[in-house]
This record gives sequence, C-alpha cells and structure tokens, in this order.
Amino acid sequence: MPDRKFLVTFSPHDRHPETTNKVMMTVIIAMLPIIANSIWYYGYYAVKGYVLTALFCVGFEYLFDKISGRPIAIKDNSALLTGLLLAMNMPAAAPWWTMLVGSFVAIVVSKQVYGGLGQNPFNPALVARVFLLIAWPVEMTSWVRPSPVIHGFLFDTVSSATPLGTLKSDLIAHGHVVTANLATYTDQLIGNVSGCMGGDGAIFVLIGGLFMMNRKIISWHIPVSFLGTLFVFTGIIWLINPQRTIDPFLHIISGGAMLAAFFMATDYVTSPVIKRAQIVFGIGCGLIAGVIRIYGSYPEGTGFAVLIMNAFVPLLDKYMRPLSFGEVKK
Amino acid sequence: MPFFGFKGGIHPDYNKSSTSGKPTETLPVRVGDKFYLPLSQHIGAPAKPVAAKNQQVKTGELVAEAGGFISAAIHSPVNGKIVSISHVVHPMAGRMEGIVIEADETNDNYEPVSDEGSFQQIIQRAGITGMGGATFPTHVKLSPPKEVDTLLINGAECEPYLTCDHRIMLEEPLKVIKGAVLIKEKLNIKNLIIGIEKNKPDAIQLFKRYGREYGFELVPLYVKYPQGGEKQLIKSCLNRVVPEGKLPVEVGVIVHNVGTAAAVYEAFYERKPLFERIVTVTGAVVTPKNLRVRMGTPILSLIEACGGFLGVPKKIVMGGPMMGMAVTSVETPVMKGTSGIVVYREEDMPDLTKYPCIRCGRCVDACPMLLVPSIMDRFVKREMYEELEQHHVLNCIECGCCSYVCPSRRTLVGGFKTSKRHIMQIIKERGAKNA
Repeated sequence: MPDRKFLVTFSPHDRHPETTNKVMMTVIIAMLPIIANSIWYYGYYAVKGYVLTALFCVGFEYLFDKISGRPIAIKDNSALLTGLLLAMNMPAAAPWWTMLVGSFVAIVVSKQVYGGLGQNPFNPALVARVFLLIAWPVEMTSWVRPSPVIHGFLFDTVSSATPLGTLKSDLIAHGHVVTANLATYTDQLIGNVSGCMGGDGAIFVLIGGLFMMNRKIISWHIPVSFLGTLFVFTGIIWLINPQRTIDPFLHIISGGAMLAAFFMATDYVTSPVIKRAQIVFGIGCGLIAGVIRIYGSYPEGTGFAVLIMNAFVPLLDKYMRPLSFGEVKK
Repeated sequence: MPFFGFKGGIHPDYNKSSTSGKPTETLPVRVGDKFYLPLSQHIGAPAKPVAAKNQQVKTGELVAEAGGFISAAIHSPVNGKIVSISHVVHPMAGRMEGIVIEADETNDNYEPVSDEGSFQQIIQRAGITGMGGATFPTHVKLSPPKEVDTLLINGAECEPYLTCDHRIMLEEPLKVIKGAVLIKEKLNIKNLIIGIEKNKPDAIQLFKRYGREYGFELVPLYVKYPQGGEKQLIKSCLNRVVPEGKLPVEVGVIVHNVGTAAAVYEAFYERKPLFERIVTVTGAVVTPKNLRVRMGTPILSLIEACGGFLGVPKKIVMGGPMMGMAVTSVETPVMKGTSGIVVYREEDMPDLTKYPCIRCGRCVDACPMLLVPSIMDRFVKREMYEELEQHHVLNCIECGCCSYVCPSRRTLVGGFKTSKRHIMQIIKERGAKNA
C-alpha cells in the first residue's frame, strides 16, 4: 500500500477567506475617500503628511522588529494603517519632525513595547496625537485654511482656527455662541473648514464607515452608541440653553467625532470584543467627548474620550461577558 | 412548528453539490480484501474481542463484545478469516488494538442478531452507535433516566461537503421514519420531530408527504453551521436550553441522527447488525461519490473506487471539514462514525498564515455556545486552566466556528480541545483528593 505523509492539523480544515492583512487593507480602502478629500483641500501638505507618516510608521515597525529580533510584521498592514490614521489626526501643515516623533510614539512607545500588534491597550495613533498636542501645542494647533486643489497644489498657508476652536474662544470672550462665526452644515459635511486632515468632511468619513460596515469589518454598535450619546448629551445642553453650545447635529459632524466614532474607537485591539460591552464603550466615549467639548478647556475631546475608554476595555470585557449557552447563574 | 434558531454560528461554503445528487453506490467486497476493525470506534470503553486468530467468521458475526454499558459491540463486515488481533491504524490514537479480517467469500447475506430481550438489548447487540460522528452508543441514549417528551431526528447535516445523511433521507426515507417511530413507540415518547436543513429541499418535500401518516412534525431548519449540533438543534426546534454540563434528557429530549434511526430500523426489523454505512467521498478525488462501505475498509479503497486522487493530495480528513480528523495514513479504516472522506490538495488549502490576535471579536460573535474564544485563547497559551474553567471552556462543543472565522488563524478550538482534556484530568484528581 503506497503510504504518503499527509498534513495533520486540528480541525476545522476550511477557513473563512478573511485574513488579518486583508482586514487592515479594507480599512485602508475605506479611508481613501477621506484621504482624497484632504488632498482636495490641502493639496501638497496632505500628500506630504500621509506619505511621511506612512513611511515613518512602517519604517519604525521594520526597525523595531529588526532590532528586537522579531519576525518583520509590516506585511500585516497595521503599521501603514496607524500611519495614515496619525496623519488624519494632525494639522495639514504640521512640521515633518512632529510626524517623525508622532510615528515613533505611535509604533514604538504605544504598540511595540507592549508586545506588538494586538497587545497595546491604547490606540497608537491617538496616543501619538495626544502626546504631540501636549508636547508641541503650537505646532499641533497651527491650523491651515483649506484651499481646493484647483487653486493650486502648493499654496501659501493662511492660518485659521477650527470651528470648535472658534466656538470655545467665543464662549470665553462673549459668554455665548456667536452664530455668525459658526461653520455651515455644508462646509462641515464636505470638510471646507480648517482642522485635522481627516477629521473634517463628515460625509466622506461616513462613506468610509458605511463601507466598513458593509464589508463586515465593523458593526454598528460603537459608532451608533458613540455618536448617539454625543448627540443626545449635547442636544440636552443645547435645548436647555442654545447660547451655551452649538446644536447636536453640528456637534457630531464637527471636529473628529465622526472619524473617532468610525475609525478610532472601532480599532479592534483597543475596543471590547463583546457586543454589549461595545455599546457601553461607545456611550462612554460619546459622554466624555461631550463633557470635554462643553465643560473642558480643550475645544475638542473625542481623542481623550476614546483613550479614556480604552483603559476600561479589559474591565468591560470581563464583567459584561454573556452567560454561555445553558450556563446557570451562580 | 415555529423555528426559534440559536445565536452565533457561521455560513461556510457548503460544497455539497458534487455528491448530493449522486445515488449511493455499494463498494463491492473482493476476495482477499482486508478489513481493519479498531476496538474503540465509539465513545466509552473499548470492545473486547471474542474471536480468536485464524477463526472463520461470517458477515454480521460478533467479533468483539461491548466492554461495558457505555460501549458497543463490533461485528465482522465480511465472510472471512481473522488474520490478526493486534494493532490497526486509528485516526485519533495513531495505532490501537484491533481485529484484521481477510475476506474469502463475497455475498450479501449476514448473520441476524437474536431478537431476545428488550428493544434496548437488541440495539446494543447490533452494535449501533450515533452515525453522525460523535458515535455515542445508541442503546444508552435509548435508556433515558428521565421522562422524555420529544424525540428529535437530526437531518440537518450542517457539515460542509457531507451528503450521506441527505442520500439516506432520499433513498430510504421509510427506514428513517419507521426507525424513528419505532423509538418513539418503544420509549412512549409523545412528540416526534424531524429537522432538515433548507438546503435539502428535495428531502423536505419527500418527508412532508409522510408527516401525517406517521405522525411527526417536519421542521425545515435555517441553513447555518452548527445547526445539527445537539444543543443548537434543540434550541432551534423547541426553544429549550440544555443546561451546561447536562444531557438533552434534562429538558425531556433525545436526539438521533437520521442514519442512526435507519440503523435502528434495520437492527429491529431486519436483524441486521451495524457492519456497513454510507460514506461521502469528496474533495480532490476524480469522481466524488456516496459509497455504501463495510466497516473496516481502508480509505484508500474508497478513494480508488472514486477514480483515485485528483492531483497531489495534501491532507485527508475523516468526517467533515469543520469537525473531522486529519488522518496520517490511507490505511485508516472506515469506522462507525465515519461520515465522509474529504481530500485536500495544496491549492485547496486555505491561507493559514498566522498573525497575532487583533481582538476583532469575530470568534465571540460566531461561538454558538456564547463563549469568548479570543479571551480564552490567552489563558490557553499560559496554561491557566482555572481561568479557562471559569470561562466555561467545558461548555465548548468543539464545533470550530471560532477557528473558522479567525482572520489571524489562531488555533482556538484546538487549544480548547487540549485544555478540556487537562481540566477533566484536574477535576478527576480534585475528586480523588476529596474522596
């Protein structure tokens, strides 16, 4: 009887075609409308930002793997994804060295030292953003007025405050909202306002988010509970006193709310794996973001909100574990 | 009958079309063929040989008796001579004690089992075990310690590739139905339900015709793996939840596979012991087929009957792709629980590149037992068995949904299988210490 050696592995012997590198690539594809939109408004600066952060992040991933003797993990596309997300969280005209430092913080300090992909408790791109914001507040808040690419790929930058920044300073200066200074819904939706490269242009973030839902990369739980809570919380404050803040619809399309809800808070590694815990996680994010926006000294709080909720993920997963099938509650 | 469904589960590629339309062919016995009968083909104690080397045996003659109550008898699949009682290839244990019989005459007659004693004793004497793959001795299930109000016949066949149950339902529907009615009457069970997955519309159509005449309810089941898992099927059809660590009897149900029902029919009405079964041979073989084969036939004979391998075989799975065992050798014999042989070539294999767990939660959503595989996997790696026990790893039915959906290709279910064995050992030791 001819006897060959056959491969023996644990069952199952068939697998779903989705693999981790493909998942990461799908998220990157979902970000293309946002990237395209930021290139439309920031031309050369956007291209420079995305290319530099992507190169730096992938480069640090490669270097760290090489030095620490680990297998080179850049093929899983996660470092590229982190790089692009970091660029989206930075002003268009941020100097190149902030991108270098940011990439180092994102890849090495907040991911690799914890053990690499899947081990980090906090969202790497957000840790980097917050680090840069605290370390170099001037560079990180030097916003550029958007200039459609038809008016020139490389343009002279004009500094301009973000809509949420204007709102905050109006409240401090006048004690109430100055309606004339608010950005229009249309400008917010299409991203014709100054701010982080990827945060504005809510409609493009939404397209990317819906694409990811359609491809079953993310579920509705985190984005809906996040944005829903932010809407309801700011809505209540606005209903009580419309002079105190902008209307809730403007809130969820301003700043980084959309980007955080669809792309940052839904990061697999730093969000709960249990669906009902994801809802609590999203509610926490929305609430903290709203509180910081209205009562904090920073104009925008979604980044902090996501990072704070990241810290609760192990607890949420532990205490919200569903009863297993037929489990009798003790 | 309403359909309740269960949480979790997956939708793999079913790949059933290459054999589902093919009538069962009988694999002929040739003089000189050798049949390998491992003494442990079932859950429970191994059988004890009652025949000696060089003894002449007839088809259906008892060659090994049950080694206890939870055990099953083994019968000779052919007329022939016992050439050895030593080691044979076994998919799980590598090699184990078994009986080898060489055929010296070919005919279709068999020695009938005696009809003395109770219904359960006849079934036990015929050596019947669950035909779906778990191979639990059937007479044990037919001796429920509690009152049973519903007999559920499992025609889900949710494993991809396999079509042997489908063919039995199409070719011998009355054996299945009469076997089920027999169990129902002998055990005084009130309700009889037959569940068939909706991807077998011809079988559903056929069984519908007999529903009123034989007094059963037909439940077309939503197509989802593992719909045919015992606990999932009970939840889907009756909305009853079997408590953790308990058997279906706890909620007044017993579940039998359609193949088992047909075997019970044959044992009782035709006095036929279990010495052959239907096996789906599919994947990378020239002509995939459903074959009626004698127990103990080496799988190479089945593959040759299907025209041989297509291309270079890389992996051979006994059972279905979700829960089946990869075998090391083509000498591995067909056993009572062998529902299929699936051959994979290199190019049929999925991409198995491993990545670290990214906590995507797909396994959590897929687990039909509502466990948290991604979190449990961390405990497996650190051998934290107490933590695993607290996460109810013993409730795992080893269906493989978690590993199937994992984009990082973690060995989730594999780790749980090994951990379960360790934990059972720890519990045993704990019991011994306390005693």
